[in-house]
Amino acid sequence: MKLTLKVWRQKNNQTLGRLETYVLEEVSEDSSFLEMLDILNEQLIADGQTPVAFDHDCREGICGMCSLTINGIPHGPDGGTTVCQLHMRRFNDGDTITIEPWRARPFPIIKDLVTDRSSFDHIMQAGGFISVRTGSAIDANEIPVPKPVADYAMDAAACIGCGACVAACKNASAMLFTSAKVAQLNSLPQGKPEKDRRVLAMVNAMDEAGFGSCTNYGECSAVCPKEIPLDMIAKLNRDYIVAQTKSIFTKVG
Amino acid sequence: MKLDSKIPAGPLSEKWSNHKFKMKLVNPSNRRKYHVIVVGSGLAGGAAAASLGEMGYKVSCFCYQDSPRRAHSIAAQGGINAAKNYQNDGDSVHRLFYDTVKGGDYRAREANVYRLAEVSSAIIDQCVAQGVPFAREYGGLLANRSFGGAQVARTFYARGQTGQQLLLGAYSALSRQIGLGQVKMYNRHEMLDVVKVDGHAKGIIARNLVTGQIERHAGDCVVIATGGYGNVFFLSTNAQGCNVTAAYRSYKRGAAFANPCFTQIHPTCIPVHGDQQSKLTLMSESLRNDGRIWVPNDTETAKKLRTGSMNPNDVPEDARDYFLERKYPSFGNLAPRDISSRAAKEACDAGLGVASTGLGVYLDFRDAIKRDGEQTIKERYGNLFDMYQCITGDNPYQVPMMIYPAVHYTMGGVWVDYNLETTIPGLFAAGEANFSDHGANRLGASALMQGLADGYFVLPYTIGNYLGEQGIAAAGKVTTDAPEFDAVEKDVRDRTERLLAIKGKTSARTFHKRLGDLIWEYCGMARSKEGLEKAIAEIQALREEFWRDVRVPGEADELNPELERAGRVADFLEFGELMCRDALMRDESCGGHFRVEHQTEDGEAKRDDINFSFVGVWEFKGENVEPALHREALDFEVAKPSVRSYK
Ligand SMILES: Cc1cc2nc3c(=O)[nH]c(=O)nc-3n(C[C@H](O)[C@H](O)[C@H](O)COP(=O)(O)OP(=O)(O)OC[C@H]3O[C@@H](n4cnc5c(N)ncnc54)[C@H](O)[C@@H]3O)c2cc1C
Ligand code: FES
Repeated sequence: MKLTLKVWRQKNNQTLGRLETYVLEEVSEDSSFLEMLDILNEQLIADGQTPVAFDHDCREGICGMCSLTINGIPHGPDGGTTVCQLHMRRFNDGDTITIEPWRARPFPIIKDLVTDRSSFDHIMQAGGFISVRTGSAIDANEIPVPKPVADYAMDAAACIGCGACVAACKNASAMLFTSAKVAQLNSLPQGKPEKDRRVLAMVNAMDEAGFGSCTNYGECSAVCPKEIPLDMIAKLNRDYIVAQTKSIFTKVG
Repeated sequence: MKLDSKIPAGPLSEKWSNHKFKMKLVNPSNRRKYHVIVVGSGLAGGAAAASLGEMGYKVSCFCYQDSPRRAHSIAAQGGINAAKNYQNDGDSVHRLFYDTVKGGDYRAREANVYRLAEVSSAIIDQCVAQGVPFAREYGGLLANRSFGGAQVARTFYARGQTGQQLLLGAYSALSRQIGLGQVKMYNRHEMLDVVKVDGHAKGIIARNLVTGQIERHAGDCVVIATGGYGNVFFLSTNAQGCNVTAAYRSYKRGAAFANPCFTQIHPTCIPVHGDQQSKLTLMSESLRNDGRIWVPNDTETAKKLRTGSMNPNDVPEDARDYFLERKYPSFGNLAPRDISSRAAKEACDAGLGVASTGLGVYLDFRDAIKRDGEQTIKERYGNLFDMYQCITGDNPYQVPMMIYPAVHYTMGGVWVDYNLETTIPGLFAAGEANFSDHGANRLGASALMQGLADGYFVLPYTIGNYLGEQGIAAAGKVTTDAPEFDAVEKDVRDRTERLLAIKGKTSARTFHKRLGDLIWEYCGMARSKEGLEKAIAEIQALREEFWRDVRVPGEADELNPELERAGRVADFLEFGELMCRDALMRDESCGGHFRVEHQTEDGEAKRDDINFSFVGVWEFKGENVEPALHREALDFEVAKPSVRSYK
């Protein structure tokens, strides 16, 4: 297939960027979207130009590294998939495709299509864990976990931390990301002791990193490659209110 | 070079406890004076960094991705083994140990494997406590499945995302330590060399991948947990950035490299679609529980299937060859990975392959769907079927899947002793980066186990022992002003400049692909003396061409993925030769290493215990000089070598 690409090029975060147009001639339908970009880069290298920088690693939809906005939609047109899982047979011969980075203030652009998502790590560092010392755990079967609870925790834990939710949100809110981790850990018996502390710390870190608030657009869940549902956010809000109320009366340690 | 495996004395089952008792300890209040550098944030590195940080050591942890959560451990699907015997099916530490030694075709070190089996239970406890959502039964207890040909159900899993969940568990523990200031995380950093002072590893040179700055980091010891080298094949199930660089540069500084030719080819991957392909995708082995593997009986039918002029569903029963069921009646479609992969290759070599390239065999669910209903199959494998359809465009509920073997895991790695210390004192290697536990073939669900065993339960002790032996007076002594850092940094800079200065015509990717083709052809599923000798010569020529003609665009002082790639490919071009040399030296067939000269009449691997019951350990002797081979003899006191038959 023949394609026209409009790709965001930006040398670094000090300079302004713009869309550049490139034409690609022979792209196989069986190629993945990122393989198509490989072809573009090989062509650019051969022409003595600078190849396009983009993030990617596993190329199988699990590491959360790939992060492209395709024709205005984070991860492109298909629901429940990452860019690296998108295949060219989804497009037509002669199409024009616009490729941009994640656009959100808390994710500054590093170069071309590469952004800095370390603010997600900061939210996790604030409370996205259960405090357990290596080697001090009790036998794994000592605390039974009802299957529906375990399944719910797994649904939440499927998040790959790619940041599409933030990129899709007009407010650049990180609520879906944060709520998924809170929902996983707060619903499991092991996570209960730190439940209140966790939700307060993570929401606080989210605000500090400059993420916006949630006004229920729902775009986050629509683009989420792992289809994390919006009710995770509702759970986070509930846990947050409980924790905050408690903290007024007692100091949550 | 003298190899001392430091295997503790005493009966197998007491070695680790005795050894732990004899180890030096570091007083808790002294731990903060020591600085440990951990390169890698996968299961091995992430678990080690988190545990060491929590114990009170100052830790710096490095990864090349933008977050430690993205290490390639994330991609593991199937599960993790542990000798819990929760299913009451007769499992035990001893059985897991025995299966692993046998599965490794008697080329692994007994003592290490035993320890692995011994700590396996604690891993599951640790992960569950962290909130890893393993699959559960309705009673609330943990569920298990049998995996990769094991006859007991000892595999724990979290849907098809076990690696992701285990890694996120380690990442959460690591994040906690980062938040507490115990661990300093260096994302988007690539280790390019190790620095030795007085013979001991005391630091690394790393490149900040965002700014391009070359940085020095000094510490009291260094851990490399940088994963496997499967990308030497260009196409593999590894992530794009997986590399041999950290391990190989350590090798060039004096860390011996063990069994580089032991690589695992996984039977159930999606076949190559064509020239533009950049990676291969694994389909979980669990599919072999219900899918039946076959090719047509005759080449004429195969031809029709390849061109699409015949539908596989129309091939009558008596024109199909369910070759695994035929050759290995007791294991059938569940025969171990090396054996299943080779059988698929043989079928394709005989012209019976399907897929447009002729490199594919069917994995057919027709009978399972007929027997159990589509709904049941969907419940078991729904996400895998979706993934297959997403990649290939075919619906596996209606037409059989096509699969072909692909490189998946590397058993070889940096040589380590029982303490996971390399031949450079103070340099440790963990996870897939070391060679220690899987011999010539790894069993399913045991790499995750090994990575976490190394990181949570071995290194925290053995590193303490090393630091304790060095004494508190040595803590923090070496700083980045040491002249040794000047020299190594200069080497790193020179190399980068050299790469950028060539300004040739051919991209690093093209070289990588050509190297991968050579390795796949001559050092893949079947190897011969003639082929390996040819490969060595061709790799040398390719390497020479690379240094003459590679084109690396951009600058050194910016985010430059092409420069990163060129550096990694340059190392693969040297490492690939080492791999072929090892394969040439190992004049026997064992596990994933199949030398065509050594097979039985019906094509099975023929091991040679008299001459090759050793670890092949290579010592670097200089650029373009033949490396020296050392042999670490393997003694089997408990698991006596037998013929590994799966008939
Ligand atoms: C698709 C797939 C499926 C698998 N399924 C299973 C399974 O079901 N069960 C099982 O037991 N095993 C499985 N395996 C194997 C297993 O996942 C790996 O062997 C294991 O996770 C490796 O862990 P690790 O910590 O050693 O390395 P990795 O997780 O690969 O981590 C390597 C780390 O090192 C860093 N790094 C690498 N090079 C450098 C450098 N030069 N400088 C700085 N940092 C560097 C990376 O950033 C990363 O953080 C699977 C493997 C694959 C590829
Ligand atoms: S590259 Fe890993 S999710 Fe896309």
